[in-house]
Amino acid sequence: MFPAIPNPTTDKSNARFGEKDMIRRSASTITPPAKRQTEVAKLIDVSKCIGCKACQTACLEWNQLTEEVGVNVGVYDNPHDLTANSWTLMRYTEYENPESGNLEWLIRKDGCMHCEDPGCLKACPSPGAIVQYSNGIVDFVKENCIGCGYCIKGCPFNIPRISRADHKAYKCTLCSDRVAVGQGPACQKACPTQAIVFGTKDEMKAWAAKRIADLKSRGFAKAGLYDPPGVQGTHVMYVLHHADKPQLYAGLAENPRISPIVEAWKGVGKYAGLALIGLTAAAGVIHHLLQGPNRVTSEDEENAEKLAGGKS
Amino acid sequence: MSSLGPTFGRGAMTNSWTDIRNTDLVLVMGGNAAEAHPCGFKWVTEAKAERGAKLMVVDPRFTRSAAVADHYAPIRPGTDVAFLSGVVNYLLSNDKIHKEYVRHYTNAAYLVKEGYAFNEGFFSGYDESKATYDRSSWEYEIGADGYAVRDMTLEHPRSVFQLMKKHFAVYTPEMVSRVSGTPQDRFLKVCDWIASTANGERAMTIMYALGWTQHSHGAQNIRSAAMIQLLCGNIGVPGGGVNALRGHSNVQGITDVGTLTAAIPGYLNLPAENEPTLESHLGKRTFKPLQANQTSYWQNYRKFYVSFLKSFYGTKATPENNFGYDWLPKLDVAYDCLRMFDLINQGKTNVLICQGFNPLMAIADSNKSAAGLAKLKLLVSIDPIETDTARFWENHGEFNNVDPAKIQTEVFMLPVTSFAEESGSLTNSSRCISWKWQAADPYHDSRTDVVILADLFNRIRKAYETQGGKGAEPLLAVDWSYKNPAEPSADELLKELNGKALVDLKDAGGKVTRQAGSQLASFGEMRDDGSTDGAMWIYTGVYGPAGNLSQRRDNADPSGLGVYGNWGFSWPANRRIQYNRASADPEGKPWSERKKYMFWNGERWTGPDVPDYVPTIPPSQATGPFIMNPEGVSRLWVRGLMADGPFPVHYEPFESPVTNPVFPKLKGNPAARIFQRDRPSFGDAKEFPIVATTYRLVEHFHYWTKGVHMNAVVQPEFFVEMSEQLAAEKGIKHGGWVRVWSKRGSVKGKAVVTKRLKPLTIDGRTVHTVGLPLNFGFIGVARKANPINGLTPPVGDANSQTPEYKAFLVNVEPIVGPVA
Repeated sequence: MFPAIPNPTTDKSNARFGEKDMIRRSASTITPPAKRQTEVAKLIDVSKCIGCKACQTACLEWNQLTEEVGVNVGVYDNPHDLTANSWTLMRYTEYENPESGNLEWLIRKDGCMHCEDPGCLKACPSPGAIVQYSNGIVDFVKENCIGCGYCIKGCPFNIPRISRADHKAYKCTLCSDRVAVGQGPACQKACPTQAIVFGTKDEMKAWAAKRIADLKSRGFAKAGLYDPPGVQGTHVMYVLHHADKPQLYAGLAENPRISPIVEAWKGVGKYAGLALIGLTAAAGVIHHLLQGPNRVTSEDEENAEKLAGGKS
Repeated sequence: MSSLGPTFGRGAMTNSWTDIRNTDLVLVMGGNAAEAHPCGFKWVTEAKAERGAKLMVVDPRFTRSAAVADHYAPIRPGTDVAFLSGVVNYLLSNDKIHKEYVRHYTNAAYLVKEGYAFNEGFFSGYDESKATYDRSSWEYEIGADGYAVRDMTLEHPRSVFQLMKKHFAVYTPEMVSRVSGTPQDRFLKVCDWIASTANGERAMTIMYALGWTQHSHGAQNIRSAAMIQLLCGNIGVPGGGVNALRGHSNVQGITDVGTLTAAIPGYLNLPAENEPTLESHLGKRTFKPLQANQTSYWQNYRKFYVSFLKSFYGTKATPENNFGYDWLPKLDVAYDCLRMFDLINQGKTNVLICQGFNPLMAIADSNKSAAGLAKLKLLVSIDPIETDTARFWENHGEFNNVDPAKIQTEVFMLPVTSFAEESGSLTNSSRCISWKWQAADPYHDSRTDVVILADLFNRIRKAYETQGGKGAEPLLAVDWSYKNPAEPSADELLKELNGKALVDLKDAGGKVTRQAGSQLASFGEMRDDGSTDGAMWIYTGVYGPAGNLSQRRDNADPSGLGVYGNWGFSWPANRRIQYNRASADPEGKPWSERKKYMFWNGERWTGPDVPDYVPTIPPSQATGPFIMNPEGVSRLWVRGLMADGPFPVHYEPFESPVTNPVFPKLKGNPAARIFQRDRPSFGDAKEFPIVATTYRLVEHFHYWTKGVHMNAVVQPEFFVEMSEQLAAEKGIKHGGWVRVWSKRGSVKGKAVVTKRLKPLTIDGRTVHTVGLPLNFGFIGVARKANPINGLTPPVGDANSQTPEYKAFLVNVEPIVGPVA
């Protein structure tokens, strides 16, 4: 059994990380701290998961989120996709293994992977809406979000969702508020079988190695750790029975990497774009100087009133 | 419970939750532990991860337990006895048994008397007109010395061992496959893995729940499993056992305190009609040993009974009035829930008090239940939540299509506190009594169950005192001397269950061993002369002179075997693994170093647990490890202790798609509980060719959480699970609407078309099964649904009367869904 994380004290304690530990900030240039904190990680062992959804409800409870009561569409996945309120979701896949002849029910907890190289952050045009701390957590800062949805395009795992209520982007925070006081995320705390464990990234890799050895002894020759190099590794990792076929697990990305469009946008595109914005602004100024301001004629007013049905 | 008792002596989970981590092999069958007991299931994943244990799941559906299993075998609902009997046959015919264990710790060597016979599925003594057995021919041969006759070579043709070989020979792998539909290779792999534990080096644990009990032959399902464990020597050892997983945090406690109609607390019996005197009741139950030097603990039955009566009637219970025995009701028949609703429907019962009970949802044949509720004068619902039963009179469209104007039943809802809003104890599956402290204020004006019942009791008693009435005496005799009669405290009640000395108790030498008024430390101190009380002997010790031990929270585990002896208090006598003397061989040495647990150290029995044995009896005395049984050993053959036979037999469910392939003359369990009036409500395979089974989902807790938003989010709506083949045959679309109907009722829901259910070949023909989750209803925030028990048949097990929820017949068709 992975050692339990002790409960926090009831005394007031200082947060273990904060603004000074930021290593990246969207659409901003910052000076990262000289020393990185120990990297943390959540390990999701798919082979130990019983699909009970305790993680889903713990996430809703801890983050005080209210999801809608949906309908059944013929599967166990409820809700049917991640939403602005459901930051994690069990996805169930029935797989008939042609090699063993056995049916396998692969149950994967989906949610933010907290990439070391976060595509959402790179795609984000709003200063400080997405930040990355030196322990690896990628967090959204609601106050700075403009709801453009670029983070969704930037994410190689299709995770963030825009709220219809406040038009801001939401996703798993890795319970940054809990980690800040030495706790693991709420989903990890609720998991009855330790299919979710939390610790330093090195601890998680070592723990995963033990689990992979067990799976190999049970005939899963290709069991392995999912810590994709295309995004320089993740701070949420999976133990998979079929690490060679991650797409079996409800389409888990085989080789995730940030979309070339985002990379281009943040590279050459960014400067070209900025130049374009500058030119457009200049053109506007020139136009104003040459033509003067637009004026509303009485005919315009009449037409507007007709359109409004006299109710304005 | 009605099978573990007759087999081992006590009707409860043999091992503990935390002990499951010591196992080498887990069989999950007749249950779905990952889904129904996710927190306890962690000990399975732990045994797998840390010990390399293997997990096998046998289930009609590929369940969430199967998702983490090493081996899965499908089975047709209702054929577990055939499957398990096939395992018994495999073990016996391949000589893969733990022979010394079987010889010394089971009744394999006992001779059954002349006259016993078994023919075409019927045991000797069957009376067809009464549908019951005369069980007298199922007893042992008794020798001149008054003890049962044994043949330790196990070769006598009337020895239990030889009778077993003969009885189970018919269950070949071919026959198992014909009956259960389990492919032979999958069945044989289960056998092979089980056989790997028949040696004292390795252990298997069996985890089951309602998937075994809810059949017309449910108790025999569990019996079959218990026999396998005995043949392998897996009882009384760490990592072994037959583990009955209970469905609520305190359902073990409910069973213990005797809420069953024929019981009083601690598995003592309510007097029967033909037991007019205390002596006539006790005489039948104070079992004398059937071998020399046996403990036969039920010899103490009268001590426990008299202590109960003293606790119930206080100073009014005296030797002169048989301690108030005459005041106890004398039972004519068992008043289980099926009979209760039958009587209501006949108009013989007109007031129903439901305390934490939602019978409209929970009892088989909901239409019969609904009709009954409408005939009541008065219905009282004592519950923390609004139940469907309490709202049975309300029209919910097609989901509860009643006309309120036609229902005259008066309904009262008494809001009660939930578990977190009151202090008290809970007893879990591991028999561990744990105190919990009130954590929240009661919601609005709700009161505790105890306060409501005390109020009711005091008012009724007062009415009798002032106005008199028929049968007032028993009610007035009850001892109600609580500090505050209106509000007995949980602390007082646990003390009362434990019991105390009423006078100074003295040993043979006249020395005072327990002062008057002092709490008893053990049920060994109870007396039959009225000098002790104690409402439930099995709990004695939980609140002894050292205080309330259920409040202990020491999670130290010095042996590393998950014993946790100072956490709460586990009945009986704080034993964590029952029958643990069987973890050592007859000489008192552990069967193996690997499974070392309790052993004889030359002077006494020792080990990490409390010995389930007199600690000073030396091995030389050959006292058996199953101390409750007069034989001192466990029972492969249960004599006359079960209503439907000394050995299990494959009976088809009452609604079955096939004729019994093993015994074509048998139509269902011949001793099952069925009312003649209900017979017309059974359907046949011609009209209803599809097998249905019901079950719970992990996202919900019975019928309670459909009213909880969060649970409704993660599982919002009733559905019907079926195979891709059945869906194709019927033109049913994945996620489309379907109607499912039986002879009794009809429900509709969404189709979950899945690879996890497969058609099976039964006796040469294809049989489909559909799965129906039961957690939905018409009250709550989850989407409305018909009560699933509108489909289930009103037939109960021969021993426990539990209805057959798990195997019945239906038909299925695609329908156009309601307009959203």
